[in-house]
Amino acid sequence: MNLQRDILVIEDETSVSRAVEMVCTDAGMSVSVVSSATAALEVLDRFRFRLALCDIMMQGLDGFQFLEEVNRKGLDLPVVMMTGYSTMENAVKSLAKGAIDYIPKPFTADELLTVIRRSLRSGMLLDEAEAAGLERDRTMSFVPCPSEYYRLGCVSWVKLEDEGTARIGVSDLFLKSVEGIREFELSPVGEQLVQGVPCAFATSTDGSVHGIMCPMGGKVLEVNEDALSDPLLVEKDPYFRGWLYRILPSNPDSNLRWLSS
Amino acid sequence: MIRGSIGLKLTAGVMLTALLVITVFAIFSIRSESQSLLQEVERHASQLSDRVESDLGYDMLHNDYQRIHAGITRVGQQESIDRVRMFNKAGEIIYSSDASDIGKMVDTKAESCFRCHSEGKPIEQLETSERTRIFRLDADSPRMLGIINPIYNEESCWTAACHAHPESQTVLGVLDITIPLTEVDRNIRNSQLAIVVFAVSAIVLLGLVVSLLVRWWIDRPVQKLVAATRQVAGGNLGHMVEVDREDELGVLAASFNNMTEKLAEARLQLFQSDKLASLGRLAAGVAHEINNPLTAVLTYSSYLLKRSGGQPEMKKDLQVIVEETIRCREIVKSLLDFARQTVPRKRSANINEIIGRARNVVENQLAIGRVELVLDLGNDLPDVTVDANQVQQVFINLMVNAADAIGDDRGTIRVSSRLISLSPKGVLQIKQALCRKRHDLVDRKVQIGGKPAITMRYASGDRNGLIHLDPMYGSTDHRLEDFPGMAEGVDLQCPHCQVSLLAEDEPCPKCGAPVYAFEVPLKGLVYGCLREGCGWSRWDQVDSAWDDQFVEVRVQDNGCGIPRAQIPKLFEPFATTKGQKGTGLGLAVSWGIVDNHNGTITVESEVGVGTTFIVRIPVSG
Repeated sequence: MNLQRDILVIEDETSVSRAVEMVCTDAGMSVSVVSSATAALEVLDRFRFRLALCDIMMQGLDGFQFLEEVNRKGLDLPVVMMTGYSTMENAVKSLAKGAIDYIPKPFTADELLTVIRRSLRSGMLLDEAEAAGLERDRTMSFVPCPSEYYRLGCVSWVKLEDEGTARIGVSDLFLKSVEGIREFELSPVGEQLVQGVPCAFATSTDGSVHGIMCPMGGKVLEVNEDALSDPLLVEKDPYFRGWLYRILPSNPDSNLRWLSS
Repeated sequence: MIRGSIGLKLTAGVMLTALLVITVFAIFSIRSESQSLLQEVERHASQLSDRVESDLGYDMLHNDYQRIHAGITRVGQQESIDRVRMFNKAGEIIYSSDASDIGKMVDTKAESCFRCHSEGKPIEQLETSERTRIFRLDADSPRMLGIINPIYNEESCWTAACHAHPESQTVLGVLDITIPLTEVDRNIRNSQLAIVVFAVSAIVLLGLVVSLLVRWWIDRPVQKLVAATRQVAGGNLGHMVEVDREDELGVLAASFNNMTEKLAEARLQLFQSDKLASLGRLAAGVAHEINNPLTAVLTYSSYLLKRSGGQPEMKKDLQVIVEETIRCREIVKSLLDFARQTVPRKRSANINEIIGRARNVVENQLAIGRVELVLDLGNDLPDVTVDANQVQQVFINLMVNAADAIGDDRGTIRVSSRLISLSPKGVLQIKQALCRKRHDLVDRKVQIGGKPAITMRYASGDRNGLIHLDPMYGSTDHRLEDFPGMAEGVDLQCPHCQVSLLAEDEPCPKCGAPVYAFEVPLKGLVYGCLREGCGWSRWDQVDSAWDDQFVEVRVQDNGCGIPRAQIPKLFEPFATTKGQKGTGLGLAVSWGIVDNHNGTITVESEVGVGTTFIVRIPVSG
């Protein structure tokens, strides 16, 4: 439990794991590769990792079971799920089960690094929060979010309104992990949003683009023009004035299953 | 033919009733006719008897034996008279047309005397009807009518010269005339025969007419319906019953057709979801298998691209690899989307531009097949909110199908677009419905016409249960199960919190029954009446603001046409008629796309003439 490494890659496809290893090593990160979740759990007994990249569909324990094991053991390990079966269900389920992020295969080196760096920062922020005495729970938001809000992982939130509509926004942890958002790209009014599919893109000052996974599907009724014109507003007040969309949910009940309050 | 068919039973029933009625009628008729004939004979006999008595009166007063005897003999010789006799008070035959009878005594118990002497003591006054009797001399003889005529003592009798009778005597004797009923009986037999012949022919004719009518009006249409139900039971949901009548069976046939259509639609949806689900699993498997090697290629190539700064040649090549791999990624993604029929990404677009883009894609293919494509696009069509790529896919599918239908012959595909208006009722689906406490009434477990129903609870006294309403606004294809009907004391409630859904003080303007109301988020209240046969509904916000406009696109070819029986299966996955040529998914996917846009896609076709596919997309989106 002494040796600290950066990335643990859990992937049964050698060509993929070698490519990921190469990209990460080149970016100056130390990487270990295992080909199964069982092997990963053994490695985790001996090493500490800052982040795990885990495939979902694997022989033996699958990615979701691995996540459950990590949570059960109370390991301090942010996990990014990756899968070739890139469906919104897998995306939503990953975040609901405690993954810090999700990346669909195939990805470019830049896309991979963007997600890894963001997740590393999220992990760091959570550690800092822990050090500051805040409750340690990856499924909880960095700053506890207001009541009556539902969250998709620690990425985005939705608040159901009395009129049957819902408001959607980004969580503060996500905003902090991205560091310096230059602009937001939002879908226009009338567009249909789908839960688990990026509904907004944030471009950070370093030029990387971050997709924000939609917490609830529905039709866009209104876009927060203030957030578009002033991205800083979102960072300052993500839960109230910094909302992104007002939507008419198409299937709120089944969407809510994957959200935490 | 079905054993014990309804037609046979009906005919038999009518025949039996007719047989009974006509038989009873014939019996009564024969009886009354015989009676009136006999009465006529009796009257005639009575008159004759009175004549004879009065004719002989004078001779009797003068006690002129010779003349009386001659008179009686003369009368007795008439053909219509069997014999004439006269007895005195003591019962001795004193005159007779049959001379051998004279001097014989008649027994008071004999049939001719019985009428008066049956009570032991002679009756002196007799009604005319009581003086006649019908009898047979022996078993083989014809029937006879006997009439007795008592000869009463009159003043002239006891004052006559002969003083033959004392004044105290009431009846002096009896004149007895016997008439054979041969003629009458023949007449009766003839009329009996006539009535029987009439009855039999009436029954036979009635039977014929009834069986013909039953066959024409009931048997044939029922047979058609039976044949149709067998066809439908055998899976041929395209079978339609010809509706050429307006009676109950016509209505039945029409509702049968209606039911079959709905069944076909429901099956289509079932097939869609079922087959698309297996296609989805297949695509998911393929996507997973392809995505792993793609990940390696994309990660390596993009990594190398980043490091290839000093080698422009290599950078260019790597750029191609990265771009093409990303293109593969999009293809795999759209394969998944395609199979899962994901929610369309709608934007405002002009339908004519989409048609134009679709034309550009298929143009080359059509030119090779020497098929002419004519566009007849409406001017000033409003923009529609659609996923342009998906809708373009629909038009490409329809145009390629049209070209395939034309085959090797030269042919023309005509694509036209125009604006049409449709009522919101029966077109608009209610996708969300809230009670006053904001519980969702839409029940995804119960589907009507393939769409989640609106579920309410009814309570009437101690009875309660759930009812499921048709989610298509204005449609009344509700599933009411044991619902007692809309009446006083019946409450409709939210199934979650049991708050009443009845609109207070707002009875149905059509029938006066209490109406239900629920809220559609952002779209106001929907009112409706559940009284049987009423079907009233109101949705102010939609009724007033309903953009009832649709853009209609018709893709028409003059190709081989589609047989009627195949039309219902047309939109099912893998229902291709093109053999190796098609995947069998084009129309199924097109149907799914148009349905996702709240639009409709229908087909009109005639074998040998051509096919027209009609796509309607709501302008409001």
